[in-house]
Amino acid sequence: MILPLYGYELISDAQGLLVALVLGFGFGWFLERAGFGSARRLTAQFYLYDMSVLKVMFTAIVTAAVGLWAFSAAGWLDLSLAYLTPTSIGAQLFGGLLLGAGFIIGGYCPGTSVTAAATGSGDGFLFLGGFVSGLLLYAVAFSGLELWANANSLGALTLPQVFGVPYGVLVLALVAMAALMFAGAEWAERRFSDMRPR
Amino acid sequence: MSALTSPAITRADGRFLAGGDRHMNPYLAGFGLGLVLLASFLIMGRGLGATAASGSVVAWLVGLVAPDWAATNPGLKGYYAEPPWINWTFYLIVGAFIGSLASALLARRVRWRIERGPQLGVPARLALAFAGGAVAAVGAKLAKGCTSGQALTGGSQLNAGSWIFMLAVFAGAYALAWFVRKEWR
Repeated sequence: MILPLYGYELISDAQGLLVALVLGFGFGWFLERAGFGSARRLTAQFYLYDMSVLKVMFTAIVTAAVGLWAFSAAGWLDLSLAYLTPTSIGAQLFGGLLLGAGFIIGGYCPGTSVTAAATGSGDGFLFLGGFVSGLLLYAVAFSGLELWANANSLGALTLPQVFGVPYGVLVLALVAMAALMFAGAEWAERRFSDMRPR
Repeated sequence: MSALTSPAITRADGRFLAGGDRHMNPYLAGFGLGLVLLASFLIMGRGLGATAASGSVVAWLVGLVAPDWAATNPGLKGYYAEPPWINWTFYLIVGAFIGSLASALLARRVRWRIERGPQLGVPARLALAFAGGAVAAVGAKLAKGCTSGQALTGGSQLNAGSWIFMLAVFAGAYALAWFVRKEWR
């Protein structure tokens, strides 16, 4: 087992930062290629006539999930060396609702606002400015929330553990669920095509 | 053609618009994004993220004037320990900025613009963009990640909290969509 390379100390911290630049380039490239520098295209997801956000997100999730499973099943990747964000149910529920609200009000999520700003969007720049200000606001006014979230943390917790189902079976279920969602997305785009602004 | 164009866009070529068909097929773009995410796990043992880059910048700036507070505040101290020049996510986002710009330059999509529906003025749109960013920041900080760090990264790891987060993001946005529809349509 030699993966992840960084976890096995096969690359240094400095090399890791260079890797981040290259990975970031690919990250930004595909976001822009998908049209995700556009607030109206992104928010169209929530008016159902353009489901690109769901399609791109879930294709990416399925691709990476199948890859992670395959590499670990083949014995090449030690998944215990991959960082897993701790689960804190209330914090992630409430935080997710807020992020969704910020998304539909502001037109972006943090990553796509970078793509928007990089390609000349003034509203993308303002969203980023708001995001930075919001982090400061959080530090000033909502530190108590941070302590509450940490106090209620369940630690690293995966869905196979929650459901008591083997890892590979759950990956298969994810693929099946994504296929159903894609079929639903194609249907919704046809059904709600009259929602598209003209 | 002009019917699709937001008022701020004068060139009538339809690019950047919701549902425009000049973009990559979404399944193909998602596959590419998934391979980038997978490579990140295989090389670094971590996924993608966008929040920590901004956090690192904020904490560093705060630290210039109030280092003691930045080092102890629960919302900042994690970021303060990793200033931008050694913060992995900061380099990732710098790369994302360059990658986005390169892609848009090649597609001739770089253009100064303020995107909004035809019924909304520029100042109102900018105010809403700023407010949305601030709300999203509180959400991302509380949830320990955003659409990248939680939904994409944790989603592919089958992280329980990430799936709760993802469902909540869609629920929050769908619940508010009707109220802000004039901003976009």
